Amino acid sequence: MQKILIIGATSAIAKATARCFAERGDQLYLLARDQERLSDLANDLRIRGANTVAYAKFDTAAIEQYPSLLDKAIAELDGLDVVLIAHGTLSDQTACERSIELTLQELNTNAISVIGLLTLLANYFEQRKQGCIAVISSVAGDRGRQSNYIYGTAKGAITIFMQGLRNRLAKSNIQVLTIKPGFVNTPMTAAFKKGALWAEPEAIATGIVTAISKQKDIVYLPFWWRYIMLIIRTIPEHIFKRLSL
Amino acid sequence: MSLSKQTRQSTAMLTRLSGWGRYPQYQSNIFTPISLTTCQSHLATHTMPLIAHGMGRSYGDSALAEYVINTQELDCLLDFDTHSGQLTCHAGVSLAALLAVFVPKGWFLPVTPGTQFVSIGGAIASDVHGKNHHQHGCFSEYIVSLELLLGDGSRLRCSRSEHPELFHATCGGMGLTGLIINATLQLTAIHSAYINQITYKAANLEEVLALFAEHHAATYSVAWIDCLANNEALGRSLLMLGEHAPEGELHTRHRSKLSIPMEMPKQLLNHYSIRAFNTFYYQRIRQQQSTQCIHYEPFFYPLDGILHWNRLYGRNGFIQYQFVIPQAAGMEGLRTILKRIARSGRGSFLAVLKAFGKANANLLSFPIEGYTLALDFKLAPGLLELLHELDAMVLDFGGRLYLAKDARMHETTFKRSYPQWERFQAVREQYGAIGHFASLQSQRLGLN
Repeated sequence: MQKILIIGATSAIAKATARCFAERGDQLYLLARDQERLSDLANDLRIRGANTVAYAKFDTAAIEQYPSLLDKAIAELDGLDVVLIAHGTLSDQTACERSIELTLQELNTNAISVIGLLTLLANYFEQRKQGCIAVISSVAGDRGRQSNYIYGTAKGAITIFMQGLRNRLAKSNIQVLTIKPGFVNTPMTAAFKKGALWAEPEAIATGIVTAISKQKDIVYLPFWWRYIMLIIRTIPEHIFKRLSL
Repeated sequence: MSLSKQTRQSTAMLTRLSGWGRYPQYQSNIFTPISLTTCQSHLATHTMPLIAHGMGRSYGDSALAEYVINTQELDCLLDFDTHSGQLTCHAGVSLAALLAVFVPKGWFLPVTPGTQFVSIGGAIASDVHGKNHHQHGCFSEYIVSLELLLGDGSRLRCSRSEHPELFHATCGGMGLTGLIINATLQLTAIHSAYINQITYKAANLEEVLALFAEHHAATYSVAWIDCLANNEALGRSLLMLGEHAPEGELHTRHRSKLSIPMEMPKQLLNHYSIRAFNTFYYQRIRQQQSTQCIHYEPFFYPLDGILHWNRLYGRNGFIQYQFVIPQAAGMEGLRTILKRIARSGRGSFLAVLKAFGKANANLLSFPIEGYTLALDFKLAPGLLELLHELDAMVLDFGGRLYLAKDARMHETTFKRSYPQWERFQAVREQYGAIGHFASLQSQRLGLN
């Protein structure tokens, strides 16, 4: 039984992952912005077998509340083994290109808030000398593309931040796991035409649970994205800039 | 969270949709609410009429419309009584998800259709039946109560005692009375995930009907029938009976599934390949009677092991034709219809025959006491004419077609065979559903 904090718990991938944790009887603490969805999900996880489920409302913009929220979660769980950070928005690239405000807001939600939370959580885990910090980044953070580079910038920032954190916390025996999903069928991507590369949240969830238990550093989900991104990263920039990706 | 996400989530997405039969296809605006509140506010402010869409496993056009609400994110289990086995959950929960949670705890669905990829809302709206209809009736029999979003966005609970007329219109009502959001259902206790199965070989229709009558007391019964066999072999079939094993392991299977990766060439399924398959399927059982203990998944959901099996029928898709005829018409009715199908040479991979028990009080529920036959037909020139001819035969014998499988029946056929349609319309009128909920099917059947 593990003590697990999930931030952005009602997002499709987090919900599916929480269900895997619940089925093995873990203790869960959920943070998300919507009270109704939190309450429904908490009931769901209890019925599925979670040992305990508690939750609180969480607003990414209210940075001043981060310390007390995390303290409360850790107190309620009586310690913390795993934290999974899963909140995010899929930015509207074209709209961002026309608005400073929207661009900064997307960077705040997808990168700054995560970095803020990690600053506090890193110190907690560093002191505790065991545990796992898992964060959902994205394959979009591996290389900037015209179609979604605002989102990609935020995810890229998280990926780099996690690299540094992993380097810092290695000596404290903390697993720092960067999760890089490809295309996932969620409400976030409802507008996209789905093809062969798309995966369901349940498949991503299984991959996350396995990566945590196997002490992985970085995981591409599904696995083939590692190879797709390898190719995409190796295309020389002078060619890449002419591609419509 | 960000404004942009909220804006996008309340905007419907234009997508090409079809039912499981892949015919017809329709360009729909789909909205996937992430909570009941977003769903409620959508209903109160957006264009109507619309229809709910769950797992998309109804075969025809009953979950297609210009505006569609997809319930896949409304998938939480809300309350479970470990003593009584009563479960309350959101309507978007799939039967597969439910079984994965509850089989290990010793509970099973009281009634299940032939696929577990069906949402609770869809199972109620189609009032699905299973292999135990003759003993246990339809899915709705085990619905204690349900909650609907009405056309104005308000929530209303109904059951056999609260708004009973709305309850009986909603169970089997194809989503036309309101949007089903929650349901409380009674699960059934099991002691094993396994089924003791007996298979009997029947040389013709007469034999299989006699076997059905003889084994009326079996919990589960269903026959697979070779619809291309003719003359003395007309109706040759394998009858499968099942009982829950009294003890054994309680586990769901996590096997990797085969998947049909793309649409198959439409020539793949033809008269010869289907005849060969049917002959092989019938001959593979050597003895007159054989016994097996098998996991519930292959017993109840043989085709769920092959994902996207509907792609076998090629680009044009297929029509599943399921009718029921009253018991009195039994042998003669089935013989006449099977002869016509055998003569057409249009075979079906899976032709499934089942004896139904008594009808229930739901206004548009499909089963009536008698025999039901379900067949798949690849969509090809001349098929619609053949099915139209079969419709006339079914009507002559006092039968009707299953709305969850229908993609093409005429309004007159529907209204003649579902005599309670006027009462159904009256209930819809009373609860403000008319003009708010409609599908391509309801428009075709004159339920406006």
